[in-house]
Amino acid sequence: MLTNVYFCDRKSQFFKKEMSKDIRLKKGLNINLNGEADKVYASTPQSDSFSLKPTDFHRLTPKLTVKVGDKVKAGSCLFFDKYSDRIRFSSPVSGEVTDIVRGAKRRVLEVKLKADAETNYESFSTLDEGATKEQIIEGLLESGVWPFIRQKPFDIIANPMDTPKAIFISTFNTAPLAPDNDFVLHGLENEFQKGVNFLKKLTDGIVHLNVDGNTNPSSVFTSCKGVQINRISGAHPAGNVGVQIHHIDPINKGDVVWYLYPQDVLTIARLFSEGKYDVSRIVALTGPQVEKPRYYRTIAGSSIENLLNENTIIGDNNRYISGDVLTGKQIDKDGNIGFYDSQITVISEGNQQEFLGWIAPNLDKFSLSKSYFSWLMPSKKYSLNTNYNGEERAYVVTGQYEKVLPMDIYPMQLIKACLIEDIDSMEQLGIYEISPEDVALCEFVCTSKMEVQSIIREGLDLIKKECS
Amino acid sequence: MKLFKNLLGSVKPHFEKGGKLEKLYPAYDAFETFLFVPDHTTHKGSHVRDAIDLKRTMFMVIIALIPCLLFGMWNVGYQYHLAIGETATMMENFIFGFWKFLPLIIVSYAVGLAVEFAFAIYRGHSVNEGYLVTGLLIPLTMPIDVPLWMLAISVIFAVVIGKEVFGGTGMNILNPALTARAFLFFAYPIYMSGDKVWVHNAMVDGYSGSTILGELAASANWQSLSFNPLDMMIGTIPGSVGETSFIAIMIGALILIASGIGSWRIILSTFVGGFVMASLFNMWGANELMSTPAEIHLIIGSFAFGAVFMATDPVTGSQTNKGKYIYGFLIGVFAILIRVFNPAYPEGMMLAILLMNIFAPLVDHYVIQGNIKRRLKRANA
Repeated sequence: MLTNVYFCDRKSQFFKKEMSKDIRLKKGLNINLNGEADKVYASTPQSDSFSLKPTDFHRLTPKLTVKVGDKVKAGSCLFFDKYSDRIRFSSPVSGEVTDIVRGAKRRVLEVKLKADAETNYESFSTLDEGATKEQIIEGLLESGVWPFIRQKPFDIIANPMDTPKAIFISTFNTAPLAPDNDFVLHGLENEFQKGVNFLKKLTDGIVHLNVDGNTNPSSVFTSCKGVQINRISGAHPAGNVGVQIHHIDPINKGDVVWYLYPQDVLTIARLFSEGKYDVSRIVALTGPQVEKPRYYRTIAGSSIENLLNENTIIGDNNRYISGDVLTGKQIDKDGNIGFYDSQITVISEGNQQEFLGWIAPNLDKFSLSKSYFSWLMPSKKYSLNTNYNGEERAYVVTGQYEKVLPMDIYPMQLIKACLIEDIDSMEQLGIYEISPEDVALCEFVCTSKMEVQSIIREGLDLIKKECS
Repeated sequence: MKLFKNLLGSVKPHFEKGGKLEKLYPAYDAFETFLFVPDHTTHKGSHVRDAIDLKRTMFMVIIALIPCLLFGMWNVGYQYHLAIGETATMMENFIFGFWKFLPLIIVSYAVGLAVEFAFAIYRGHSVNEGYLVTGLLIPLTMPIDVPLWMLAISVIFAVVIGKEVFGGTGMNILNPALTARAFLFFAYPIYMSGDKVWVHNAMVDGYSGSTILGELAASANWQSLSFNPLDMMIGTIPGSVGETSFIAIMIGALILIASGIGSWRIILSTFVGGFVMASLFNMWGANELMSTPAEIHLIIGSFAFGAVFMATDPVTGSQTNKGKYIYGFLIGVFAILIRVFNPAYPEGMMLAILLMNIFAPLVDHYVIQGNIKRRLKRANA
């Protein structure tokens, strides 16, 4: 794997000009779950219950601009970032603020909305191709579209004062049961190109469009102009933008790279061509507990209630996740789709004991290790549940994480540096290149059941705190 | 199964917070989680988890040890009957060895687990599964006639000094099973070396049952040994209980490698290191051990057993993949070096692994420094 990458690097240095890269990753793991969405759209009446959750934005301290009972339009500001008041968060629909849910220390968890039957939009100024960088940034900030653009390191909303060294868009998602962007963006070549044209002006570097090298990607992506198209092939997490950045244009201390999801590129295009905050979103309802998994057209922040009503959910001891099983957030049965998510996964809760479960052959269990038999049935699909399958232990086994992290980074040593809060070592071992989502598989395969994602998250938070 | 559930349910309240036996909760927990995989569900991070846990991992190692265990028991009977000049059937040999070896296993587990439970209760953490393997490895590295009280002392030494003082499973520097063996080797050398301990009752009856390494160290030519290479492969030779059969060890190695539990990098590089070193000595050939062919070196003594079951301990070995090659290779090199140059310790494997346990973090340090330098170079480029 590495030789290949270095070969690419050397080649590009030789030509002194960036060129599209073909990267093949050998490490990683695809978890085959039952319940992949069929490539059809199911129709369902749009729910009128919406919410915007400040908790979807890491490290955000929201300052509310509305109170219960206020009438808002789609695109009206609901709250802004207390420490950067230009970053605003807008209502996805027009309607009434019905509730403000607070948690410990009065922290705002959710702003709940009831949508009107007819959506009224705030009107924002449209821009054409000739717009300047400042106009684009101002337009994105004012409308509340800006938070869709995030930065690495730290996975936080991009700082409008920065100029990133590159912008990355991963056009495919390798996480379990993730929606297929080739299908979701089918036929939207023009809109996607329009969005990309605006993004290009935000960086002095390159806009990288990374397509799936395992498949024949949609022409939405391959025909895109003005970007560097890279082909990445491999198992999950090959689709993670962090892994792609590591191999294409790695982040060193002080570097900033921006990234966003393909559907959000469309949101930018719609903002500037129609002047409205339109966060229509295609969402895949997936998971082993969904009888007919398929795609739905809805709006970001919508309640999943109607989606579930239109489909049959098997059993009633289930967990509902906004996102995928590795990185998603647990939500209620009538909870709302997260700001960045385009997938809902339903799996069963594993709150049952199992007699001598650690000795039994357990043909229905999935493991990266070969101590179960899943490795003999590589194409078998599993209905995994939320059981821990063991208890937390000290580190004993080594070499496991390395198998599922296709980066030139020593994950276990980095995690230990995070645990002891050794900032120097964290930096040396490559903390800036890692996001919790990139180590989600490490957490999945861990024999000692370590909470790897939160350890990395806390490590990143510590660095952010110490260095700002 | 229901019975167990009811039984556990009825005693559980005593061990929970506020119960009479609250302090003993780790002990209760160990039994409960042994019988039932707990109903804990994920609450943050990944919602699904791999089916493997530490119990399953340790259980795979025990499965891998079974061929050595069964063969070792049989060989105890076989060597004994051979020494006293009686013929016995395979079953008789096995049953004889079984009854001789069983007390060692019982003492090792009983004493070791008692210490483990005591520490878990004292520290209030759950009982780690590491001792399930250590407890079987220790008797397998012992001569069959080792007095049980001596075994018990070495087990306590290994668990307390080898492991718990460093913080328990996962934190130890030295391989606990080898710590036990090394302790006995230096504290009671009469029971652990020489030619009178490797066959049952040899010390009492006075017949000789010297090991191959013993004979070679005493300047016998390897070709004049009383055993041919086939005996060494099969393992019908005197020695510690688990170490004699190369074939049984290799079956264990296959199980460890196939299940991914044991590191093939360490196993392979240990054999390569031993072979390279022994080949160099072959060219020199100053004494009998030096001129013993390299391939014979690898199948005698505890070389293979150590390479497969001791060097691969993930806690005390190197933790980086590159480091594992270096660590294994050096174990092989040192094992042969000690074996050849120090006739007082013909069994160099134990000392070589303990030595490399100490150096494993250093090896990893340099491997990781390489990675760090690569990253710095990239930033400056």
